[in-house]
Amino acid sequence: MTVTPVKANSNFTQVPDNFGRFGKYGGKYVPETLMPALSELETAYGNYKNNPDFQQEFNQLLKDYVGRANPLYFAERLTQYYAKPDGTGAQIYLKREDLNHTGAHKINNALGQVLLAVRMGKKRIIAETGAGQHGVATATVCARFGLDCVIYMGVEDMERQKLNVFRMRLLGAKVQPVSAGTGTLKDATSEAIRDWVTNVETTHYILGSVAGPHPYPMMVRDFHGVIGKETRSQCLEKWGGLPDILLACVGGGSNAMGLFYEFVGDASVRLIGVEAEGSGIASGKHAATLTQGKPGVLHGAMSYLLQDTEGQVTEAHSISAGLDYPGVGPEHSYLKDEGRAEYYSVTDKDALAAFQLVCKLEGIIPALETAHAFAYLEKLCLDIKGSPHIVINCSGRGDKDVQTVAKYIEGIDLS
Amino acid sequence: MTSISERFKQLKDKNKCALIPFITAGDPDLQTTVKAIKILAHNGADMIELGVPYSDPLADGPVIQAAATRALKNGVCLNDVLEIVKNLQDEISIPIILFTYYNPIFYRGVENFLKTIADVGVKGLVVPDLPLEEAESFLEIAEKFGIEVTLLVAPTSPIDRIKHIAEKSQGFIYLVSVTGVTGMRSQVESRVEDLISKLKSVTEKPIGVGFGISEPNQAIQMKQWGADGVIVGSAFVKKLANNNREEGLKEVEKLCHNLREAINNEQRGIDIFTA
Repeated sequence: MTVTPVKANSNFTQVPDNFGRFGKYGGKYVPETLMPALSELETAYGNYKNNPDFQQEFNQLLKDYVGRANPLYFAERLTQYYAKPDGTGAQIYLKREDLNHTGAHKINNALGQVLLAVRMGKKRIIAETGAGQHGVATATVCARFGLDCVIYMGVEDMERQKLNVFRMRLLGAKVQPVSAGTGTLKDATSEAIRDWVTNVETTHYILGSVAGPHPYPMMVRDFHGVIGKETRSQCLEKWGGLPDILLACVGGGSNAMGLFYEFVGDASVRLIGVEAEGSGIASGKHAATLTQGKPGVLHGAMSYLLQDTEGQVTEAHSISAGLDYPGVGPEHSYLKDEGRAEYYSVTDKDALAAFQLVCKLEGIIPALETAHAFAYLEKLCLDIKGSPHIVINCSGRGDKDVQTVAKYIEGIDLS
Repeated sequence: MTSISERFKQLKDKNKCALIPFITAGDPDLQTTVKAIKILAHNGADMIELGVPYSDPLADGPVIQAAATRALKNGVCLNDVLEIVKNLQDEISIPIILFTYYNPIFYRGVENFLKTIADVGVKGLVVPDLPLEEAESFLEIAEKFGIEVTLLVAPTSPIDRIKHIAEKSQGFIYLVSVTGVTGMRSQVESRVEDLISKLKSVTEKPIGVGFGISEPNQAIQMKQWGADGVIVGSAFVKKLANNNREEGLKEVEKLCHNLREAINNEQRGIDIFTA
């Protein structure tokens, strides 16, 4: 052999350790009441993740109910738009998670967890939601499996994501408004955890991101791992190789982790996460946790965190409800510190521009969260050399966001 | 100020059950907090749990959440809380336990935090989001500074875990009486009796019961079930939230006095206790 293959760093694929640690991040910083429930969940997940019956049911539902595998789509006009004068430039592909049932990647995890909950004998499900996509996904699987469902959602988010609130109610879920703090995802998550502390013996908490205490970051990542696995085989099929760059938006970071994890051991693949910069870093109104935060503990895990000089968690700001969160999944913090993944941020304004661009050029209305990943193309496509294959996780569709966008770009109130 | 363990030992020798009121520092304001601590100390409190206001108090119910939010809005920070403790050193003899979530500790640096609180005279620490697994090295460092870190046991904790927690916990063992967050409840779950005897079977350390205890009758019940201490939080915090500060303090005095009398006398159902 003349070519030595790039040696994969196996460390990246062997996290977390038994204590739920990704390097120094992760862990279980929760009230004692929840510790036995987390152990129970860890054991159940450990038993079922390689159980053929469980996997068979999960995969069958991913196929028949969610509609997987979803396509890896060549975004021809977006590629042309960013082409350089000499004809080189990014070859842009979209992993179409927006085509999943319920319109986002969130259903992968909700489905995996509900199958676990059923096997654990839990009859009541709770979840938190920001943009409402995880709430809708959870309400959906609860309807499908006949389980009681309560979704915690901040009052501010209920206002800006009215469509999803109605969808959840249609699906039979109770949407519980949370007015504490800023009435956004952080507060909804805190309230969901308080519910879990209270009803832990009968209830499973379907946490919606790669955040929270162990085993959630690992388990949610694994349930979304299908995104990366499909992407790998679709890349092979389309051009016979690996992608060069993976691009995804990061709030808590579940869609990014789902895409990245399959490739963390492939050193040649650049992993880029894009956070919400809100009104800009200087304004202080942003949600750029990885790029501006410091390590801390929120919602049961150690990770980067937006906080003040007293260690009080500060408010995040983003036009996108799903990214409006002062924390981030611990594995992202680990990948950042290890230099394996890169994280940048784009503003509300950038995201809105990208939102419209993708609508017009590709006939795809992306979620505002997803629009952040697209927005980073502006910078990325200037910097790259040659014609690398870029895969963007098109994590969700934007029907839910048209009201918000109408208000911002046209001053029209559709509500 | 004596240490938590010493205080419990003194009480045990007299066959007394400890009364441990909790209040949130800085709500409604720092001055009232100081007054409240003195009042509690003079009305039968054996130690005081002082809550450091935090932005995301996961283990707390609405009453203490609201108190923390108000205190933070007033700009109360950790140094203010520590200043209070420091200034009270000469005025009260009972130990002060700090109740704080982990992030403010981590942000300051564990060692730095522990040294700082030890310097002002804090004797004990309760960190509700630092379970056994995350607490091991923390406990060692705390010991160096003479801070007793009390761990929590919940109704959901299996016996093996209870054993480990009891082994590591310092000062006393904090038994959470409910699956749930802090706050007043009309009744204490009957399984608490069972939990106390389970704990007694594995440890000699004192047991303090908290979360959901607000009334003298409930405190008596805890003592009769074998608790060495009762922690009453939200009931005090709610009284202090009174817009009329002086009236709030009077109510705190009354509640503390009634709780003390009740635990001492162990007489149940007397009207003045629930008044």
